[in-house]
Amino acid sequence: MNLRGIQAIYIYEMNRSFRTLIQSLVSPVLSTILYFIVFGAAIGSRMENISNVTYGAFIVPGLIMLTVQMQSVNNASFGIYFPKFIGTTYELLSAPLSFVEIVIGYVGAATTKAFSIGLIILATSYLFVTIDIVHPIFMLFFLLLTCVSFSLLGFIIGIVSDNFEQLNIAPMLIITPLVFLGGSFYTIDMLPPFWQNFALLNPIVYLISGFRWAFFGIGDVPILTSIFFILLFTSICISIIWYIFKTGYRIKN
Amino acid sequence: MSEIISVKNLVKKYDNDFIAVKNLSLKINQGEIIALLGPNGAGKTTLISTICGLASITSGSITVSGFDVIKDYRKTREIIGLVPQELALEPFEKVINSVKFSRRLFGKKDDVEYIENLLKKLQLYDKKDNIIKSLSGGMKRRVMIAKALSHNPKILFLDEPTAGVDVELRKDMWNIIKELKNEGVTIILTTHYIEEAEMIADNIGIINHGELLLVEEKNKLIKRMSVKTLKVKLKKSLSTIPSKLKKYNLKLIDEGNSFHYYYNTGKERTGITSLLSDMNQIGINLFDIQTEETSLEDIFVKIIKD
Repeated sequence: MNLRGIQAIYIYEMNRSFRTLIQSLVSPVLSTILYFIVFGAAIGSRMENISNVTYGAFIVPGLIMLTVQMQSVNNASFGIYFPKFIGTTYELLSAPLSFVEIVIGYVGAATTKAFSIGLIILATSYLFVTIDIVHPIFMLFFLLLTCVSFSLLGFIIGIVSDNFEQLNIAPMLIITPLVFLGGSFYTIDMLPPFWQNFALLNPIVYLISGFRWAFFGIGDVPILTSIFFILLFTSICISIIWYIFKTGYRIKN
Repeated sequence: MSEIISVKNLVKKYDNDFIAVKNLSLKINQGEIIALLGPNGAGKTTLISTICGLASITSGSITVSGFDVIKDYRKTREIIGLVPQELALEPFEKVINSVKFSRRLFGKKDDVEYIENLLKKLQLYDKKDNIIKSLSGGMKRRVMIAKALSHNPKILFLDEPTAGVDVELRKDMWNIIKELKNEGVTIILTTHYIEEAEMIADNIGIINHGELLLVEEKNKLIKRMSVKTLKVKLKKSLSTIPSKLKKYNLKLIDEGNSFHYYYNTGKERTGITSLLSDMNQIGINLFDIQTEETSLEDIFVKIIKD
């Protein structure tokens, strides 16, 4: 395995984030603080507790998920799209690197960034609410798996995109609505019966539910279902990436 | 010289059914400079891309240093450096970091001394901490070469290395290429500038419509294909070519005051002596003679047209 090659991509990507620290770190954290102020403090103070959890604390897992999913997708998609845009993918393709190594480099860096932001948001949330995490190790594992799977998704988006508009279409028009409607700010049993069933078609529901279970021991769906979904989602993304590299789709030629 | 690259019956067909390379076979020896000439769309870049791993192969096989470029891609790519045609660089990165990044991609340890010497050789050392965006086009081209040489490759592919650079820089590039050859690097370059191939290449390959029309040692090719023109200026003008001289296929010019005689320098006899002798016998006196040589460009145009 070309470990130095993986390390090179990883460090290069991490350095790119440090060059744009405001965009990479300050911006998502600031957005989350604003969510806490608006939904947690302003609106949340008038909301009833949900399953004995204050509304301010209840939204913490959803807010972390919302941010890390978007960050994972954005970082990974931009990470691979930018070399495509400026033409430097030739370096990756002509180097003695396997596709697995290239993916580990880019997805690893995107995961690290999103995971770090998730932890920073969690730390920030302690400034606003009191949280006792019921399953801390599982919470970290689930957070990591979410970052990995969405970074893989972002990598796919970056590969198939032909321009910056396409790069933003999937995150803006698909992922953001799904995350917002996936129970970030509510439990799905708060919805009318028809919409409850409809919400179960949204894969994000299972991820937020699983993450919330790690925090409070409660979720919209059984935890095993959530684990199954995240593993299924990760497997699908890996399969698509494998196909892309095997066929050279949008990379070679 | 031992063979370092072998391309056998290579076919490259794109998804839109366009066949860029048609059953192409080519052998390149270690330590030589081969210039691949051909018009736009001839298949030069596609050929390079398949060897370097940028494009998939439809059929055929390519080996580099005895290793298959698909099965043993790590071993083949380790010894190849590539400078693509386009200036593809991360604009916000420092020169030194960009070159180090390239070396690391090849799994090599950082080697400050090697990288610094490389930058000095390419006259980039005093720009090493500059952001690439701030460099001129010529300097960017040098950075591309530095990146391609960062892992000390045995083979260097240069795809149109001097496209769009000024004459001075082009000559600098030629010197760099010659230095690399002296260090034992095998160099494969594509170019539109025939003069470039004439100046630096050992061998010439001509590609058109995805087919390799010929590969030959440059000097032999020029000698073989070279047709010289002898211009004979006469003391008295001629209205027609005398019958005794018809066998020489002369062409009257300048209203009969001169004629052209074409001869091949690659042949044993040029026919000049017998022409002059026959002219003397029938009383045609010459006033002056000049010769014009065929350039590689003329040969290239002739081969492409044929």
